[in-house]
Parts: sequence; structure tokens; C-alpha cells
Amino acid sequence: MFLRPAYYRHPEYRIGVRDLASVATGIGAWGLMTGVAMINSGMSAVEAVAMTLLVFAGSAQLASIPLIASGAPLWVILTTAFCVNLRFVVFSAHLRPYVMHMPLRERLVTGYLTADLSYVFFSRRFPHHPDASTPASELEAQQAYLMGNCAVNYVAWMGASLVGIALAKVIPTHWGLGFAGILALLGVMLSLATSPLRIVSMAVSGMAAVVAWALPLKLNIVVAIAVAVTLALIIDAQRTPHTGGGSHG
Amino acid sequence: MGETDAWTLFTIVLMAGVTVLTRCLFFLSDKPWTLPHWAQRGLQYAPIAALGAVVIPEVVMTQGALIQTWQEPRLFAVAAGAAWFFWRKDVLGTIVIGMAVYLGLRLGLGWGL
Repeated sequence: MFLRPAYYRHPEYRIGVRDLASVATGIGAWGLMTGVAMINSGMSAVEAVAMTLLVFAGSAQLASIPLIASGAPLWVILTTAFCVNLRFVVFSAHLRPYVMHMPLRERLVTGYLTADLSYVFFSRRFPHHPDASTPASELEAQQAYLMGNCAVNYVAWMGASLVGIALAKVIPTHWGLGFAGILALLGVMLSLATSPLRIVSMAVSGMAAVVAWALPLKLNIVVAIAVAVTLALIIDAQRTPHTGGGSHG
Repeated sequence: MGETDAWTLFTIVLMAGVTVLTRCLFFLSDKPWTLPHWAQRGLQYAPIAALGAVVIPEVVMTQGALIQTWQEPRLFAVAAGAAWFFWRKDVLGTIVIGMAVYLGLRLGLGWGL
């Protein structure tokens, strides 16, 4: 939808482009490594290109690569992807008032295109969500900004991923460049470690995944997530018996 | 590089569905609608748990067992990358520094090969 003239002729579109361009290098490097990691895990070029063009979610792709390579069952792969993507559910709850003025099809396209950094920039530029009194011109300006933002993100990510897929063939496998994918996940993981309970969740989940490694079908991942989230919820409930707020986290 | 596999392509298509579902979950219904309270709180902890379950075994295990040597480039790469992240809050730098250490130890000293 970022190809629609009503958006790309809007001055806000250019501001969206400019804002996201400031981090396009980082997105490109992340995409490049994802492309290399897909091929190095043993995926074919067709599979890697299909995953790039369709899935369009870097952390879920990287998390699924070892699972696909080890022949994990479909539901484990999809559950892992869903859990890695759960932050988008939070984003969609936040962005809901900004998009409900559009028909469902456009809402779906907008949601699909809005990845992490687009969400961060958009919510920074438009911190107050629209309501019934917001004029249509303002709604269009917001959407134009978001689409300019998403356009740069999309081009940087897709372009770099495809270059990575092409380059992976000339980079020797024994260098182990696929480890860059784990380091990228490490960076995203640490960026989420914003509260003590989240750090507990990370540590418990990691330890549980190691301890339960011998389980078949990569079930150790699902078990680890369930154990960690359950424990975090129990501790959280005990820490805040009166407020019931759950505002921290 | 492997063969193209129809099952993997099917998996990829469904993963694209997961992307759309998660990014659009609250856009689907026109009715006022919220998650149950426990689920909202669980959302705080599930993403980092999912990443921990994937990342930590990939760092501390080799072929199903805990690594037995300290001469393992992944440990130093993760330590360097994490240190950079805590200093600069920068994912790109985490990748670059971590890979520099990883490749240096792996290709320079032959660790982990």
C-alpha cells in the first residue's frame, strides 16, 4: 500500500522515509545475515527466497531456521514463530485505533508491513491515538507517514536479504557466518531484557531448553517457553497482590 | 545448500500466515475487544522466553551436550556482543563485534572447528 499516490505524494510520506533511512543500514545488515543464515542452514535458494518474500519477520525466520534444518514438526515451528512474534500482538493492540478507519483488507496490509522499527518510529511521531473527532486529513497524514516508513524498511530488508542469499554461496560454510543470526537474536533478546522478571523469564527458558534438550521434536523450545512464562506470571502475581495492575514488565 | 522441499515451502507459507495473524490480531474485529488480563501479562514474558529458548542452547551446547571446553568461540563472541549491547544499546554493533571475535578465534586460532 506504500505505492498508493495519495500516500507517496503526501509530505508526511517523505518524513517517514527520512526517519527510517537513519536506521536502514542496521536493517540491511540484519537482512544480509538472515539471508546468509538461511542458506548456511541447508535451505535451498528457492526456499530462502520464498521465506524472505513471504514471511517478512527476521527474528521468527532466524528462530525457525534451526528447527526446519532439524526436521522439527510443523506445529513446533509455527508455535515458536508465533511466540517470537508475540510482540507484534502488543503492537497491534496499540496501533488498533490508528487503523480502524480503513477497510479490513487495508488493515491487514498495513499490519503485515509494520515491523518493529516502523512501529517504534510511528508511535514516537504520533503518540496520541486518534478518536472520533480526529479529521480525515490527520488520519491520512498518519497513514502516509507509516507507509513511507514501511517502504524504506521493506526495500532495505528485502534487498539485503536477497543479497545475503546470493553471497552465502561464495562464503565458505566452515566460517560459520550463520552464527551472526544467533548474535542478531541475542541483540534483540537483550533489548527486550528491560525488567528483572523478563531477565528471569529469559534465563529460566534458556536453562529449561538445555535441560529438556533430549525431548523429541524440538519440544524443549515449547516446554521452555511454557515453564518460563508460567513462572514469571506466578512471581508477578505474588509481587502485586493488591494492585492487579501488571503494568510493569 | 539443500534441495527444495514442498513441505518446507508449505511451512514457509504458514509462517507468513503467522506473521499476518500476529501483526494484525487486534485489527481483525470491528468490535471493542481485549485479551484476558493474564494473557496481557503473559505477553510481557513470552517473547524473551522464546528467544532465550532458541539462543541459549545454540551458544552453550554442541551436538546435544553442554560444551566441555572453554576454547569455544561462541562463548567469547556472545560475551563481547553482550558487552557491546549493554554499552551502546545497538543490535548491529552486537552482531559486528560478536562476529569479529567469533571469526578471529575460529579462523585465527582454529577454535571450535
